[in-house]
Amino acid sequence: MRTDMRTAARCVLGVVLSFSALVAGSACAAEADEEAAAAARDWQHWHVNVDVTDLPSVQRGARNFVSYCLGCHSLKYERWSRLGQDLAIPTNLLQKELIPPGDNATQYILTTMPAADAEAWFGKTPPDLSLMARARGTDYLYQFFKAFYVDPTRPTGVNNLRLPTTAMPHVLSELEGLKGAVFKDVTKTVDGQVTHEQVFDHFEQIAPGRLTATEYDGFVRDTVNFLDYVGEPTQAARRALGVWVVLFLLVFTWLAWLMKRDYWKDVH
Amino acid sequence: MADHAVVVDDEAVDLSRRRFLTRATIATGAVGAAFAAVPFIESWQPSERARAQGEPVQVDLTKVEPGQMVTPVWRKQPIYVVRRTPDMVARIAGHDADLKDPQSKDSTQPPYALNPQRSRTPEFLVLVGICTHLGCLPKQRFSAAELYPSWPGGFFCPCHGSRFDLAGRVFDGSPASINLRVPPYSYPKPTTLLVGADEKGSA
Amino acid sequence: MALKSASGVPATLPADAPVGRRLWAWINRRLPVNAFIETQMTGYYAPKNFNIWYFFGSIALVVLVLQLLTGIFLTMFYQVGEKTSFDSVEYVMREVNYGWLIRYLHSTGASAFFIVVYLHMFRAFLYGSYKKPRELLWLFGMAVYLALMAEAFMGYVLPWGNMSFWGAQVIVNLFGTIPGIGPGLVEWIRGDYGIADATLNRFFALHVALLPLALLLLVVLHLVALHESGSNNPDGIEIHDKVGADGKPLDGIPFHPYYSVKDIVGIAVFFVLFAIVVFFVPTLGGLFLEAPNFEPANPLSTPEHIAPVWYFTPFYAILRAVPDQRMGALLMLLAVVSFLFVPWLDRSPVRSMRYRGWMSRTALALFALSFVMLGYLGLQPAEGLYVVLARVFAVIYFAFFWLMPIYTKLDPVKPVPERVVYHAH
Repeated sequence: MRTDMRTAARCVLGVVLSFSALVAGSACAAEADEEAAAAARDWQHWHVNVDVTDLPSVQRGARNFVSYCLGCHSLKYERWSRLGQDLAIPTNLLQKELIPPGDNATQYILTTMPAADAEAWFGKTPPDLSLMARARGTDYLYQFFKAFYVDPTRPTGVNNLRLPTTAMPHVLSELEGLKGAVFKDVTKTVDGQVTHEQVFDHFEQIAPGRLTATEYDGFVRDTVNFLDYVGEPTQAARRALGVWVVLFLLVFTWLAWLMKRDYWKDVH
Repeated sequence: MADHAVVVDDEAVDLSRRRFLTRATIATGAVGAAFAAVPFIESWQPSERARAQGEPVQVDLTKVEPGQMVTPVWRKQPIYVVRRTPDMVARIAGHDADLKDPQSKDSTQPPYALNPQRSRTPEFLVLVGICTHLGCLPKQRFSAAELYPSWPGGFFCPCHGSRFDLAGRVFDGSPASINLRVPPYSYPKPTTLLVGADEKGSA
Repeated sequence: MALKSASGVPATLPADAPVGRRLWAWINRRLPVNAFIETQMTGYYAPKNFNIWYFFGSIALVVLVLQLLTGIFLTMFYQVGEKTSFDSVEYVMREVNYGWLIRYLHSTGASAFFIVVYLHMFRAFLYGSYKKPRELLWLFGMAVYLALMAEAFMGYVLPWGNMSFWGAQVIVNLFGTIPGIGPGLVEWIRGDYGIADATLNRFFALHVALLPLALLLLVVLHLVALHESGSNNPDGIEIHDKVGADGKPLDGIPFHPYYSVKDIVGIAVFFVLFAIVVFFVPTLGGLFLEAPNFEPANPLSTPEHIAPVWYFTPFYAILRAVPDQRMGALLMLLAVVSFLFVPWLDRSPVRSMRYRGWMSRTALALFALSFVMLGYLGLQPAEGLYVVLARVFAVIYFAFFWLMPIYTKLDPVKPVPERVVYHAH
């Protein structure tokens, strides 16, 4: 009888615990979901970890750029040969896969689109992108690529949270697909004045792209990585040299300090 | 004296240690200064732009008539590309006694130009069109007897009167002492001349 | 008997003297090298109690040399002109061998110069280094600071980035507030109806030739004035008042080798920190190289936040704190000019903060705080709480200077020791 009671008690305890775990688990999951939603809403703080020493990533980024960006945007401060050298791409591969036919390796990376035509078609000349990563930052670029949404009021049919009324069409839509932006009406009372504001809430996928969300994210990261490299091609060499310079200076400082201490024994 | 700030106590001071530390610090500093000088000195070397502009230059030889000279520019230098007629080729020989360096022993040319015609093929002559005296651009005087009755044809430099034959070799009596230089070159196709690159790669 | 020439080197040497000695003697008969070393270095006695605040003068000199060297090399590749300046900077960064290093040394050096100079000036406030007989030393120093501000401002315009352009626009427009001659003066400075190629070219000439020469001259005068009065020290005592039997100050030590050796350590530590910035964080998050400047100058597009480089922001904050443009410009000018009057505003009988009372210490602490806070506020947009704070700190800033005759007089001072306070190290 006693053991039955104990068993029964354990049984009940087990059920109660599992039930709590289930509730807690789904509460945790719900919390995680809520956190994810909040993070997705907070597009202004989306962050990308760039690493220009991740050569395969930068190489993919270069290929992405040639495929999707070079049609309108130039990289007028970078030479093809420099790209090949820094990204360890052999010349024949560079010529075959990346350099547009007719251009040779020592030339600067220029777009074929005439600036006058671009201005006529888009209302604005697509800017050169050599320094965009330095001028706006890599997080800006990352957010820009991921913040396009369908907007029928725009001539291109799309708009962008990061750069509202951008003249740029969503050239990556075949990869990302098309998404719509859902805004929430938020009322604010400031100094007795009631204001309404459309605040971005979440994206909704309207049409799928060729890539999954994760794949697209990787694609964007590679491209941003590449643009970060192009912004300052010497950055890897700079950091590498810096290690030696600082080490040397530390050694020198130590020696100088020993010398100083010895001379200053004279001083009373 | 006891009250002075500086008292060099000859017993307390280990002069050899002081000397060693001073020398070690100065030596390390000198090494550092030498390394620090490198970027500044290196910055004077041709930049990537200069190197890109100095890439080998292609010349379409089908555009050159027999007896004609074209002058492409390679690395900021005029290159004399002469399509020699068989008559011009024949006029390279027969005056070795009048030349300062007939075998091109003291002159500058790649191995494949170390022959009587100073070129890969007798038909085309490729020279750096800069007089080896003081750097003027010699003028073409390809016709026989153009300068004087025994003139076999070649180049005449107007600045100080140096004379060169149809293989670019310098005549006695010229202020220049060596033959016109031959740059590295090759024929990726029989009708295309590439100045600035040969078997050794790009110059 | 060996005659000594004015340089102190024997006029006649024994016939078998080594070549080095003979060459040295030959030179010194014609140029007072030895005399210079003996009077300005081994014979220049400086107080033995210098502390960390006394490193920044020699470091500033090193930074000046660095800027001259890197600047000259940049001039070899930079091509001034509204169509070429921006591109040529990228040429230096990407295509000139080690061009990126020379550029970062120069841009970091500019900011480093101001950090060092501000700390150097702060020392003067800590120890009363501007007080009699060092007023002229202080004035020459202020002249160096003013020339440095002009040099840095013009240098920043040269890359012809968007911040270069708009920064120039704002600062040059300030001159328009001068009554009467203002608008004409602005056009004269610009050489055109807006900031243009003409402005860029003349700033280049001034930045590369005129102001470096002026800086060098002023630094020399600054050092000559220093050597005339002798260095001050953390206790504010005149070491030359207490000399030994040999005529040398009891609390003084020869600059060479003691301070040459010590300064090398200071310079080395500085280079470690400097190298860390140059090689790892050259833009310092946009403080040393501002992001908008990586876009070419665009007269039709103003950057979101126009801010001068950090070293001008305290004065910029004061300018914006005042609602009236003319008054703002005037007060900004006064903020800089106030420094010039300090030797005469300070009525304390005592030089060093060590022996002053709570009033002077509080005032200096508040001034330092307001300078830093104004600097921060100058980087923020001029709205809301930022403006309020800027006004508060601007008042404190001016109070530091213009109430000084009062609080330095009223301040209870402590007795100043006879001899300097020194702990062996």
